[in-house]
Amino acid sequence: MAQTKDIIYGLWNDEEDLLKAVQVAKDDHLEIMDVYTPFPIHGLDPILGLSESRLHIAGFVYGALGTLTAFLGMSWIFTKDWPIIFGGKPHWSVPAFIPIVFELTVLFASIGMVVTFYVINGLGPGVVNPTIDLRITDDKFCIAFDKADVDVSKVESFLKNTGASEIHSKTI
Amino acid sequence: MSSHVSPIREPLVQGHKTYHDITEDLVSPTERAPGAAWITGFALSVSMLGFGLFCIAWTIWHGIGTWNLNRTVGWGWDITNFVWWIGIGHAGTLISAILLLFRQKWRTGVNRAAEAMTIFAVICAALFPGIHVGRAWVVFYFFPYPNTRGPLWPNFNSPLLWDLFAISTYFTVSLLFWYTGLVPDFATVRDRAKGFRRKVYNFLSFGWTGSAKHWQRWESLSLILAGIATPLVLSVHTIVSFDFATSVIPGWHTTIFPPYFVAGAIFSGFAMVLTLMIVTRKLLKLEEYITIAHIESMNKVILVTGTIVGVAYLTELFIAWYSGYVYEQFAFFNRAAGPYWWSYFGMMFCNVVSPQIFWKRSFRRNIAITFFVSIVINIGMWFERFVIIATTLARDYLPSSWSYYTPTWVEIGIFIGTLGLFFTLYLLFTRVAPVVAIAEVKSILKTAGDQYTGPNAIHNHSDHTSGAETDSEAGFDTIVETSASAISMTSGMADSATSNVEESQEPNEDSDVVTTDAGVKVRSTTGVDDLKKIEGIGPKVSDILNEGNIYTFSELADVEVPYLRQLLDAAGPSYKSHNPESWPEQAALARDGKWAELKDLQDRLDGGKYV
Repeated sequence: MAQTKDIIYGLWNDEEDLLKAVQVAKDDHLEIMDVYTPFPIHGLDPILGLSESRLHIAGFVYGALGTLTAFLGMSWIFTKDWPIIFGGKPHWSVPAFIPIVFELTVLFASIGMVVTFYVINGLGPGVVNPTIDLRITDDKFCIAFDKADVDVSKVESFLKNTGASEIHSKTI
Repeated sequence: MSSHVSPIREPLVQGHKTYHDITEDLVSPTERAPGAAWITGFALSVSMLGFGLFCIAWTIWHGIGTWNLNRTVGWGWDITNFVWWIGIGHAGTLISAILLLFRQKWRTGVNRAAEAMTIFAVICAALFPGIHVGRAWVVFYFFPYPNTRGPLWPNFNSPLLWDLFAISTYFTVSLLFWYTGLVPDFATVRDRAKGFRRKVYNFLSFGWTGSAKHWQRWESLSLILAGIATPLVLSVHTIVSFDFATSVIPGWHTTIFPPYFVAGAIFSGFAMVLTLMIVTRKLLKLEEYITIAHIESMNKVILVTGTIVGVAYLTELFIAWYSGYVYEQFAFFNRAAGPYWWSYFGMMFCNVVSPQIFWKRSFRRNIAITFFVSIVINIGMWFERFVIIATTLARDYLPSSWSYYTPTWVEIGIFIGTLGLFFTLYLLFTRVAPVVAIAEVKSILKTAGDQYTGPNAIHNHSDHTSGAETDSEAGFDTIVETSASAISMTSGMADSATSNVEESQEPNEDSDVVTTDAGVKVRSTTGVDDLKKIEGIGPKVSDILNEGNIYTFSELADVEVPYLRQLLDAAGPSYKSHNPESWPEQAALARDGKWAELKDLQDRLDGGKYV
């Protein structure tokens, strides 16, 4: 966030009005910088043209990594590194490995996904993101445009016509 | 914001809240100075914690000999308390994960506090094995890490080690799940704060902005974490039960243990959630967010799991008798009629008998009774673990080594200390974080707020123009306008719309219910179009649209595509491939009777999609 941006944004009071407005903006080919809401709005992603999150694929890969770590780790320890006899059972007693393999799969998948989530979103302890409007985390629904990308007069008329309750310009 | 509104479900947010009211009500407890009740509770909890720490120090300094464990009873209050706390720690993840997968909206009122409770309970639980091993300072030997002792590894075939992995994983995943849910709410707190407080909350909120893409990933993350936390929560108490079930002690090595322990864990966890929630909602004035409907739902879970536990107790008794195995028979006879008979009957009464009163609806909805029973269950579940552990061990195979176990003041003190730790952490949590998940409550407001659903509703739920702006203070005229416009918008028939408006203008509290009912009745008997004439709509999708109050071509022509998308999404994943983008256009042609043009359009479409 080194360079600043001049933005223009509108605030709506209701998520369903916001959805309609986003649809209008898309139909008018206005390039939306981002949409900010106090809670997740279902049905927004397809209108906005956001592709489905691939976080679950990352989760699967991390989980598989956990499975392999646990299974191969225990197998190596009990057959190669330090084989111990437990009650005459085979060294490579796979059924007894299942609980730990399961736990590590879950552990790796969760930690991996959560870390990935924060990294790709650019969020984390100490991160300070520019605040567009303090009420976005309360009860306002915001569509923001980067003035460099759009025709400002078109955006202004769009914001007025779609019932934005407030229109502001700001440098962030 | 899922669109399906059930007429049967009770509203889960009372008081005609707007989005801003929700923020105000849920954040303000962290902004006020603590009240006298909080300070008293905190002082008491910290004192208990202090005494507990003293007893732990005493144990470590003098050794485990300060406990009354002997060569017959090797597990006493320590492991009893450990299992008790772990069990309590099960409700949080159950509420946040399993109820998320089942799309139970009532979870949003209680999930935050229940998850916090889970984390604190697991901390209390983990303390016990840590000091029970004796040399607490080398407890890290449990973890497999390359070391200079060989390297010597722990025994991966041992249930005690599985337990270590299960509990560490459970703690970590619960913490991540809880914190990820907290991040947007910390941002809400941050945006109301100033100065140093704002800096602290910005740190805690990780710089959250509320961007659409972040929310999309946040939802995806929550859903997957819920998906993997569900088997995890079931695995944890299953593995705790393996600590017992894989042994050769009569009364312990039973195959019923895993499901029976899991049911018992959920049972005790919900009891503790109720104990805490009933006090929290009162002190923080959250009665409109944690409603009687929430309490009743939890009481139903208590009734079911309590009954499962009861069936498990009786099954154990029957199998002990039916097995013909004298040691097993003796173990159970000894539980009920031996020197610890009082704990067995305490367990039976508290866990099996007491929750049965919740068959009666008025008891499930009575706060005083619920609070009392929740305490009784907490005690009963402690007795259960004591019965399983101490009673079983006290009389083993060899009568000459039979013994009787009572705890010393040190053991009691450590237990009191964990109670102090638990309540200290919980009380701090209520000061720092919103106790109810703000963003999640906002997201269910349109479907579960009492202005949209239930007997006090003032909006027709299919009204998607006005929303939360019209709050309870709005004049009566506005309300009538709102519901009237909603009806004329969705209803294709002028006659029924007029009659509905007339009815709703009566200044009668029930008028809107009449409106809604009448509206539905009119639709189901007259002018319903065959929506299947629209390309892309089959019989099932047609039913889904009907449930969303779309019966005619005219109604379908007037709705927005995102609303249709929501209806389909709410109906399940199998409707993901349906694309409603062209349906309103097709419906408009059908409404106007332009069948030739509709045919033309449909020839150009591919399965209802624009090409």
